[in-house]
Amino acid sequence: MPSASPETRADDALESVIRFDGVGMRYGRGPEVLQDISFDLPRGSFQFLTGPSGAGKTSLLKLIYLAQRPSRGLIWHFGRDSSKLHRSDLPDIRRRIGMVFQDFRTLDHLSVFENVALPLRVAGRKRKEYADDVAELIHWVGLGDKMDAHPQTLSGGEQQRVAIARAVVGQPELLVADEPTGNVDPAMARRLLRLFTELNRLGTTILIATHDITLVRALDVPIMSLADGRLSTGRRKASA
Amino acid sequence: MTEDPRPPAAPGKPAPLLPADSGRDRPLFAVAAILVFLACLAALGARGAWTVADGWMADLSGRMTVQILPVDGRDTGADAAEAAGLAQALPGVRRAEAGTRAEAEALLEPWLGGDGLPADLPVPLLVDIELAAMAPATAADLTAALEAAGIPARVDDHARWSEAVVRTARLARLMALGLLALIAGAAAAVIAFAARASLAARQSVVDALHLVGAQDGYIARLFERRFFVLGIRAGIAGAFFAFAIALLVTYGGPGQSEGFIPVWSFSLWDGAVLFLAPVLAGLIAALSARLAVASDLRARW
Repeated sequence: MPSASPETRADDALESVIRFDGVGMRYGRGPEVLQDISFDLPRGSFQFLTGPSGAGKTSLLKLIYLAQRPSRGLIWHFGRDSSKLHRSDLPDIRRRIGMVFQDFRTLDHLSVFENVALPLRVAGRKRKEYADDVAELIHWVGLGDKMDAHPQTLSGGEQQRVAIARAVVGQPELLVADEPTGNVDPAMARRLLRLFTELNRLGTTILIATHDITLVRALDVPIMSLADGRLSTGRRKASA
Repeated sequence: MTEDPRPPAAPGKPAPLLPADSGRDRPLFAVAAILVFLACLAALGARGAWTVADGWMADLSGRMTVQILPVDGRDTGADAAEAAGLAQALPGVRRAEAGTRAEAEALLEPWLGGDGLPADLPVPLLVDIELAAMAPATAADLTAALEAAGIPARVDDHARWSEAVVRTARLARLMALGLLALIAGAAAAVIAFAARASLAARQSVVDALHLVGAQDGYIARLFERRFFVLGIRAGIAGAFFAFAIALLVTYGGPGQSEGFIPVWSFSLWDGAVLFLAPVLAGLIAALSARLAVASDLRARW
């Protein structure tokens, strides 16, 4: 990342949904799991994040969805310097980010419908305003007949789709997905990828962390690779 | 995966965001109910101390007692009658009544037995004086009148007793109110501890809520509502048992006052205390839970 004055960097960050500038991160007094990470997620872009297990993908995602603070460096979220954020600012930023976790993080005591509707409910939307949209989205991800089911009764792939529906239901500006196709069959993986590209076409910035080389080859988009906590960028030509 | 032809209707009623407790809160419910029960007893005790003190003060204030001293060569009975007449004539005295020797012997009976005293044993007689409510006569006025008439007598305006009773009543009230405050504080501390434990137990739920953009206040309100309901339910249970105890004391205790032991009677005030106890328990529980959860969440960023 070229050096520039703080003002210039902040101006540039306004054009980015997420911007990392010389970010390092460690847990406690342990070694740095991320070192000198600098990248931009331009508004409306679609990027993959790849890397072997332990490379630091999950830590990088934690920084993006504000679950951790960096040990050094600067991160801008939607043009705002995260080091200057107050705790009360976090919900507004998180509502602009849709997160899909590898372990789903659905709530077992809530039905599929309630899980998917959660971001809208928390945002204070009235149930009658969103009920039909949520039902339609659940139907679209193929769980229309399981709207009242609870996540623990669903397969891994079905839970994955609940997590994805929850992440996209609020039409976030940024969608971050950690191994979103890890638990689904190839047909559903293609369908979910279609959902992501459609969202991206409508203006949502997409970052997908994945091991799935088939998924990465399916699109001609920038790829960020993490290895030993360091980031490199590249591009892989889409396969036929 | 094939697309269904029509999306099914959305379910109707929203589910609670915090999972059911499935028995985890039962011990807390029991502790809260016991604390409310004790708080109700302390409040009723404070009310009882108040009432009893008022009764004692009503008995002591507004009255004086003249003790006619037996002196050789004088007729104590005649002195008592004359003293009653003098007192009655004083302004600020509503009524003065001389006691008889038989009444004096009756007062001494618990100590000297009921076989009758020797007729030549000198016994002081008492004159009971009831003072007017407005501008009552003072002990000095009465003493001066008795001295002027040459009647050997001692005037007791109960000041010594009144002060002791006031001190005792004040202490009893303070103790009851202090006990009430301590129990309320203990209840708040227990609920705060339980709320923190509950927050820790539901960490995954809290994380998920944060993830989708829930404000800390939104999450704190979920716990606040949960503990408000718990406080109300525990309050009803505790107040019910306190009510049962109050009824037992009212109808199972002594029928009439024996000396300084007051007769317990269940009043409207007691009813109001028992009625308000669950509401107060709910409010204390809700406030403690909200503050505990909010402070815990604040420490996370």
